[in-house]
Amino acid sequence: MSTPPPAAPLVRARNLTVDFVGGARPVRAVAGVDLSLAAGEVVALLGESGSGKSVTLRALMRLLPEKRARIGGSITVDGRDVAALGRRELARFRGGTVAMIFQEPGLAFDPVYRVGDQIAEAVVRHERVSRKAGRARALELFERVRIPSAETRLDNYPHEMSGGMRQRAMIALALACRPKVLLADEPTTALDATVQIQILLLLRELQREFGLAVIFVTHDIGVATEVADRIAVMYAGRIVERGDCRDVIRAAAHPYTRGLLASRADHVFTRGTRLATIPGAPPDLGALPPGCAFAPRCAQAVPACEAGVPEERPASATHVARCILLRPPAQADAGATAAA
Amino acid sequence: MLAFTLRRLIYVTPVAIGVTVVCFLLVHITPGDPLTAILPADATLELQEQMKAAYGFDKPLPVQYGLWFWKVLHGDLGHSIATGRPVATEVLRAVKNTLILATVATLIGFTFGTLFGFVAGYFRDSWLDKLASFVSVLGVSVPHYWLGMVLVIIFSAQLGWLPPTGAGPDGSGDWRPDAAHLRYIILPAVTMSVIPMGVIARTVRALVGDILSQDFVEALRAKGMSEFGVFRHVVTNAAPTALAVMGLQLGYLLGGSILIETVFSWPGSGFLLNAAIFQRDLPLLQGTILILAMFFVMLNLAVDVLQTALDPRIKRG
Repeated sequence: MSTPPPAAPLVRARNLTVDFVGGARPVRAVAGVDLSLAAGEVVALLGESGSGKSVTLRALMRLLPEKRARIGGSITVDGRDVAALGRRELARFRGGTVAMIFQEPGLAFDPVYRVGDQIAEAVVRHERVSRKAGRARALELFERVRIPSAETRLDNYPHEMSGGMRQRAMIALALACRPKVLLADEPTTALDATVQIQILLLLRELQREFGLAVIFVTHDIGVATEVADRIAVMYAGRIVERGDCRDVIRAAAHPYTRGLLASRADHVFTRGTRLATIPGAPPDLGALPPGCAFAPRCAQAVPACEAGVPEERPASATHVARCILLRPPAQADAGATAAA
Repeated sequence: MLAFTLRRLIYVTPVAIGVTVVCFLLVHITPGDPLTAILPADATLELQEQMKAAYGFDKPLPVQYGLWFWKVLHGDLGHSIATGRPVATEVLRAVKNTLILATVATLIGFTFGTLFGFVAGYFRDSWLDKLASFVSVLGVSVPHYWLGMVLVIIFSAQLGWLPPTGAGPDGSGDWRPDAAHLRYIILPAVTMSVIPMGVIARTVRALVGDILSQDFVEALRAKGMSEFGVFRHVVTNAAPTALAVMGLQLGYLLGGSILIETVFSWPGSGFLLNAAIFQRDLPLLQGTILILAMFFVMLNLAVDVLQTALDPRIKRG
């Protein structure tokens, strides 16, 4: 990340907001996210449940229910304004330019269609080829994601596959129409530990081979460091810290990121040691505080934290954080702001 | 699939035998001796004993059942007391008419029920949903004999478009698929279709809502499927349950059409059952109920087999 990304990033979200309306009161799930992604780059979106990471991902593909979700800000993917896409363009865009891998492969396949047919269906739709050609592509992909006896597995129904195999099939489906951007929504969360690693390695391998840009949503710091070039930590709908993967982990600047790192189980194998936790609970997204959303749970909070949403301030040469305890941007060196 | 069907057929056997036992006992649990209906009031004791022996009523119950069951297996359901004709012939003719009426009614009900159900499920909470739901609730709750009479008043008495009663122009008891007979089936079939329409619409609406909220629908959109493509998947997912409900509704209509058949004088099993009850024609009653119950059992079997064929998740093993 020493060289800045090319002038036009593949994915760029500016001041992205998502409000869910229709409930008792509107809920702001995403509250001003800026995100950019260059071709071939992997960004991990890290955060706990309800921090807005999955919603951000869905907003990039316009997958949120249009009646209930109000999307603000701007999203450009591959030079096109996502909000302005017509119905047909949107259908071509989904799966063709941007593809998604879902958290629960067991639920993301239609239970009454054969897995191979579901992949072939996408190929037929996007490339206007015959069903036979679609099946051939599906077989090719099954072999590429290393599903054993691929030929017979194509005819399986989703419930006839194991969790790991279903996720491999899901990856095959996502890659079916050669997308440029892959959105992975906690793709390993539903799998057990040994399978998780296999899937991560496979994803990384395929990402390099196809030069994919990947946004990888996870709540697992270990997974994030395994796959990502850059990390963006989300809290209550905002990115509170972002930058080069190693620097964010090694020199975490935001108290929330530090809390997350401290609460990992890796260090507490000694009997009797208590696992460090972040006190309190995530904030109510329907009634966010005017200032830093983390302030009520933060041990270092000062009265000024509640004054307004903190600006991004440089935390190291390659990463920034939204915390007023850091030096203001004017005093920082110019190189840091170019990061992320 | 064949092995599965055969196994289901074997599972059904005890149910079928149970049905015959209940039908047989029907004669013996109804108040009054079955013979009093055919014997003159002043019959001598000797004559009564003779008749008992002739009908086999002097033997113990299990033996009587065995003899009766043996005859049933050979298609002999006895003779109607009122007409003296074989029960089997009478019942099968009536069942055929009922089957035609129930099938036409179910098809009408299924067509409109799925239509309303899909519209309501897809446009949940819109005015279309409310309209479709209102019509389907009306279908379930309106007394159908009342609806039948209202339709007769409008379309037969007032407008004179359709005949009010019977199955055909010649007044005979057989419905045939031709233009003249078609006019006779419209009113009873439409009246009858209102029940399955309501039930199927409610079921399909709930099904569609449930399917649309599942993750795979989002995944289908994420891979760029059109709304029509998504709709195809929804239909395939809804089909097994919708067909099962349709099959059960057909079963209910086969047995539960007494009121409608009476209103329209449709020569079906309900009409026959009604006559048998009022004339205390026990062999006829017994035969009709037996055959209707068997139809219901077989229909359930067919629905089971069909559902397995449609839904790969139901294990065939």
